Amino acid sequence: MIPSAYSPEEARGLWVFLEQEAGRLEGVALELLGKGRELAQARGVPLTGLLLGQGVEPAAREAIAHGADDVVVADDPLLAVYTTDAYASVAAQVILDRKPETLLLGATPNGRDLAGRLAVRLRTGLTADCTGLAWEEGTGLLLGEVSGFGGGVMASIKCARHRPQMATVRPGIFPPPSADPDRAGRMEFVPVSLDAAKIRTEILERVRHEGVDITRAKVLVAGGRGVKGDFAPLTEIARLLGGEVGASRVACDLGWIGRDRQIGQTGFVTRPKVALVCGISGATQFTVGVKDAGLIIAINSDPEASIFEEADLCVVDDLFPVLEALIAELRGAA
Amino acid sequence: MKPLDIIVCVKLVPKPEEVTVNAETRTLDRAKARSALNPPDMNAIEMALGLRERHGGTVSLLSMGPPFAAPYLQVGLAMGADHAYLLSDRLLGGADTLPTSLALAKGIAKIGEWDLVLCGEESSDGATGQVPQGIAEWLGCSQITYAMDLSFLPDGRLRGEREIRGGHEVVAVPLPAVVSVKLAVNEPRFMDMERRRNPEAVTIWSAADLGVDPKWLGFEGSPTVVGAVWQAKSPERQRQFLDGTPQEKARLLAEQIRRML
Ligand SMILES: Cc1cc2nc3c(=O)[nH]c(=O)nc-3n(C[C@H](O)[C@H](O)[C@H](O)COP(=O)(O)OP(=O)(O)OC[C@H]3O[C@@H](n4cnc5c(N)ncnc54)[C@H](O)[C@@H]3O)c2cc1C
Ligand SMILES: Nc1ncnc2c1ncn2[C@@H]1O[C@H](COP(=O)(O)O)[C@@H](O)[C@H]1O
Repeated sequence: MIPSAYSPEEARGLWVFLEQEAGRLEGVALELLGKGRELAQARGVPLTGLLLGQGVEPAAREAIAHGADDVVVADDPLLAVYTTDAYASVAAQVILDRKPETLLLGATPNGRDLAGRLAVRLRTGLTADCTGLAWEEGTGLLLGEVSGFGGGVMASIKCARHRPQMATVRPGIFPPPSADPDRAGRMEFVPVSLDAAKIRTEILERVRHEGVDITRAKVLVAGGRGVKGDFAPLTEIARLLGGEVGASRVACDLGWIGRDRQIGQTGFVTRPKVALVCGISGATQFTVGVKDAGLIIAINSDPEASIFEEADLCVVDDLFPVLEALIAELRGAA
Repeated sequence: MKPLDIIVCVKLVPKPEEVTVNAETRTLDRAKARSALNPPDMNAIEMALGLRERHGGTVSLLSMGPPFAAPYLQVGLAMGADHAYLLSDRLLGGADTLPTSLALAKGIAKIGEWDLVLCGEESSDGATGQVPQGIAEWLGCSQITYAMDLSFLPDGRLRGEREIRGGHEVVAVPLPAVVSVKLAVNEPRFMDMERRRNPEAVTIWSAADLGVDPKWLGFEGSPTVVGAVWQAKSPERQRQFLDGTPQEKARLLAEQIRRML
C-alpha cells in the first residue's frame, strides 16, 4: 500500500474546490456547494470551499451565500489564470496543512487536470467523473457513483484508508442552490509563496465564449446535419421555451454553431427536461449526451433513423415545416 | 529542432458493447468481451506519428496489461511505431490510477531516452482521464491535458492548444512533458501490412523489472475499491410515432412539451 499523507483519524471536514473564471464561480462550483451542503449536514461536519485566484474575495462571499461555512482563499497574481504547477502547489500545501477528509472538484477540463495531478502528489485515491455521491452506511466513507463502458455499466467506488478521499463530479448533475446573501460564513486568506520561475506553463492565448452552459438547460433544441446550416427556427423555439440550442458534432464541425453547444461523448452530457432533436441521425456518440432527458422528441425525415429508438415522440417529417408550425403554436399560447 | 523520442501509453480494453453485468454476482462479465486498443489511444498514436514525420525521432508504445495485449501492440507497430513495451505481471493487476500511473512512469524511466509522453484522453473501460496527470506527477514534468494540436516554438518549448470549459487556450511548456490528446482530434491511420509482416517483437517487463516495492503496485497498491456494480438503465422510451399534418404534429408536441415544464 502506498502510504497516505495523513490518516483517516486526523482528517476532518468536507471541502469543495471552487473553480472560478475571472473572479466568478463556475456553475459546477455552485452545484458542488449545493450537494456539499447536503452531505456536510448529513455527516455533521463543516463545508469548506477552497478558492484559488486573484481578486476572488467577491467569489468567496458568493460561495458563503451558496452554502459554504468557510472559504480558504489563496489570492495571488500567479493564480489569476489556472496553471497546473501553481494550482497543484498551493492546493497541496493547504490540504496537507488542514487535512480535509473529503475533497470534491468539478470534472471540467481544468478540474480534472488538477485532480489527477493532486491525487498522486497527495498519494491518495480519486474517483473520477462521478454522477452521484453519498456516504456509505456504517463506514461513513464517500461513495462515488461512476459510469463506465460507454455509460452501460455503473459502479460505486470508495477510498478506504487514504485521505483526502477525492472525487471529481460531472457538471450538470446536481442543481445549483439558491443564494442567501445574509448567510454567515468565515473567509480566511492563506499566505501564498509561489515562485514564478517554477510555473512551467505559459499561457499564450485564451478564448472563452461567455454565457452558454448547455448542461444546465431545462429545454434543449438540438440540430444536426439535417438543419442544413439554418439554426434560426431552433433558436426561436429555444427562446420561446426558455431553453438553449444544442448540436451534433457534425453541425459543430461544419462551423454552423459553436463547439460549446455540442452534445455527446466529445461534447457535453446533458439532462434537460425536454430534448427536441432535429435532423440528427442518432449515433451512440450523440445519444449518450441526451439519454437522461425527461422527454425526447425526434424529428427526422428518415423513418429508419436510429434516433427514433431513443425517442418518446417520433416525427417522421421534414423538420422545417414542423418547426415552423411549432413556433406558431408556441407563439399563439404566449 | 532535434529529433524527438516519443512514448505513447496505450491500453487494451474490453469492447464496451460486449461487457455485461452478471446480475447475480453483481460483477463485470468481461470474459465474453473481445478486446481492442482503447480508441482514444489511437488518436495519441496518430499524433505521435505525425510529430515524428515533421521532426524525426522515434515512437515507442508502452502498455500495462495482460500478456495477450502483445499482439494488439503489434497493431500499433504496424501503424508505424518503432518499439513496443508491455508491463505484464499478476502483481500489476487490479490497479487503480495511482499504481497504474506509477508503473507506467517507472516503465517510461526504464525505456530511458524520451522527450514527450502522449496518452489518450481516457480509457473507455471506466477510468476517466486521470492517469496522464499521474504519470506527469511521478515523473515531475509539465503536462498538457486535452490537447487538440501540438507544435514547437522556436525556443524548443512544446506549444499545445487545449480545451478549457467553454473555450480553448494555447500554452507553452518545456520538455520533457506528458500530454493527453483530446478524443477524436485526428483520423488514426490504418496499419500497413508490409510493416506488419516483420514487426519488431514486443519487449515484456515484469513488476520486478520496474524496481518498485510490489506493495505499491496493482490491486494491493490501490487506494480505491469498487463496491457495487450494476447495469445502467436509461429511461424506457415510448417510441410513439405521430401522424398528421405538420400543424397537427406541432400541436401535439407543444402540448407534451408544456406538460413537462
Ligand atoms: C470518437 C468519436 C466521438 C464522437 N463524438 C460525438 C459527439 O460528442 N457528439 C456527436 O453528435 N457526434 C459525435 N461523433 C459523431 C457521430 O458518430 C455522428 O457522426 C454524428 O453524431 C452525426 O451527426 P448528425 O446526426 O448531425 O449527422 P448525420 O448522421 O449526417 O444525420 C443527419 C440526419 O438528418 C436527417 N435529415 C436530413 N435532412 C432533414 C430534414 N430536412 N428534416 C429532417 N431530418 C433531416 C437525416 O435523415 C439524418 O438522419 C463522434 C464520433 C466519434 C468517432
Ligand atoms: N494500463 C495502461 N497501460 C498503458 N496506458 C494506460 C493504461 N491506463 C491508462 N493509460 C493511458 O492513460 C490514458 C487515460 O487513461 P485513464 O486515466 O485510465 O482514463 C489512456 O488513454 C492511456 O493513454
